[in-house]
Amino acid sequence: MASGYDRALSVFSPDGHVFQVEYAGEAVKRGTCAVGVKGTDVVVLGCEKRSAMKLQDTRITPSKIGLLDTHVCLAFAGLNADARILVDKARLEAQSHRLNLEDPVTIEYITKYVAGVQQRYTQSGGVRPFGISTLVVGFDKGSEQPRLYQTEPSGIYSAWKANAIGRSSKTVREFLERNYKEDMDREATVRLAIKSLLEVVQTGAKNIEIAIMAPGKSVEMLPVEDIESYVKNIEQEKQEEAAKKKTGRTPGTGAAAILTRGTQGESSEQ
Amino acid sequence: MEVLLGITGKDFTLIAASKAAMRGATILKVSDDKTRQLNKHTLMAFSGEAGDTVQFAEYIQANAQLYSMRNETDLSPSALANFVRGELASSLRSRKPYNVNLLLGGVDPITHKPSLYWLDYLASLAPVPYAAHGYAQYYCLSLLDKHHQPDISLERGMELLRLCADELKRRLPIDFKGLIVKVVTKDGIEVKPFDEDAVVRGT
Repeated sequence: MASGYDRALSVFSPDGHVFQVEYAGEAVKRGTCAVGVKGTDVVVLGCEKRSAMKLQDTRITPSKIGLLDTHVCLAFAGLNADARILVDKARLEAQSHRLNLEDPVTIEYITKYVAGVQQRYTQSGGVRPFGISTLVVGFDKGSEQPRLYQTEPSGIYSAWKANAIGRSSKTVREFLERNYKEDMDREATVRLAIKSLLEVVQTGAKNIEIAIMAPGKSVEMLPVEDIESYVKNIEQEKQEEAAKKKTGRTPGTGAAAILTRGTQGESSEQ
Repeated sequence: MEVLLGITGKDFTLIAASKAAMRGATILKVSDDKTRQLNKHTLMAFSGEAGDTVQFAEYIQANAQLYSMRNETDLSPSALANFVRGELASSLRSRKPYNVNLLLGGVDPITHKPSLYWLDYLASLAPVPYAAHGYAQYYCLSLLDKHHQPDISLERGMELLRLCADELKRRLPIDFKGLIVKVVTKDGIEVKPFDEDAVVRGT
């Protein structure tokens, strides 16, 4: 498959692929999962946290959620060390923007900047692409509108209502697609973020990190105890639902009914 | 004729700056703020050549904020004072040095100790209990020499400031349009209301 066209970075393969960039996408898929969810007046970032080893000092181990400026928050999936460089560049740009324009950056601007840096590293010699995808969230100055953007190693950026990146991001994204509602309050938004992460994080609250942003305020990291109570609540609900499914097999409820409808549709097409 | 004053006390640092923006003998503005906040508990007041002052102060401000973002911790007032001194020293040896004089006051984020630093465009740095820049030195330092005590309360600090403002109004030939007063405590920085219309006591 790789036949020399993945050696020099800025070289196309005959069928139009830039292999190194695609490999960077693989590195993202190996990274721990991160989700972002927009509510009406908040935006929430959630992260899967690697469980720390016994002797590790968790207080001073860096987090996967970082601040770019007081009103912009970034979470990433992929290579931690690459992210550090990218985050540092973004922070410098945020302060430089403040100094030159006397205004804090908009979320779109800083996303475009981050994506721009990522793009540059796919088209210059002697470098390799950033092996990370990022979720950038926050509120523009004087705005109540929550923002959520995603960037990719290729330099693509896009805006979302809710999205996931990293390991099993497809599962989580599909979960979000099924469960996302318009007009979620703070409580519901945090709950959805945690619930979606629980799809892929088996170990529960101690491996989840949640950051909440609200307009005009600094980032709020949700304490572990609060996450725990959310998790407990969600798990209890799941059990109740499972119990319901077992006892009452009324037609039209549960996954089975949907499945049948799906097969019917397929058969009619055939 | 710009006035900068600084006073430290038991748990606070007061910084005052004249509100007049001047060009030659003309007053352009009467509500000028010659201070910039560097981080949660460090404030810097500046005077000197118009243009240089704000440019330099905002450059320092941006660097202080960048440090806070990168390291998730604020620089202490003493660290910032030494950083500013370094920047002034390299500027002094450049083709076009900044002509800026500064007072840098703050409260240490960990020990809550108040501190005040006096810096001038020649890049000298001195930690001081109270300080003044410009003509204010001639009138206020003697007053503060007599009345200042290291462990004074905020109320007493404001009283001393009024004493200084009173003297300045009486002796300075040009109206400096009153003072903007800010106080730094462990809880952050706030603007203190300062009576501008206080009657100058008779000579």
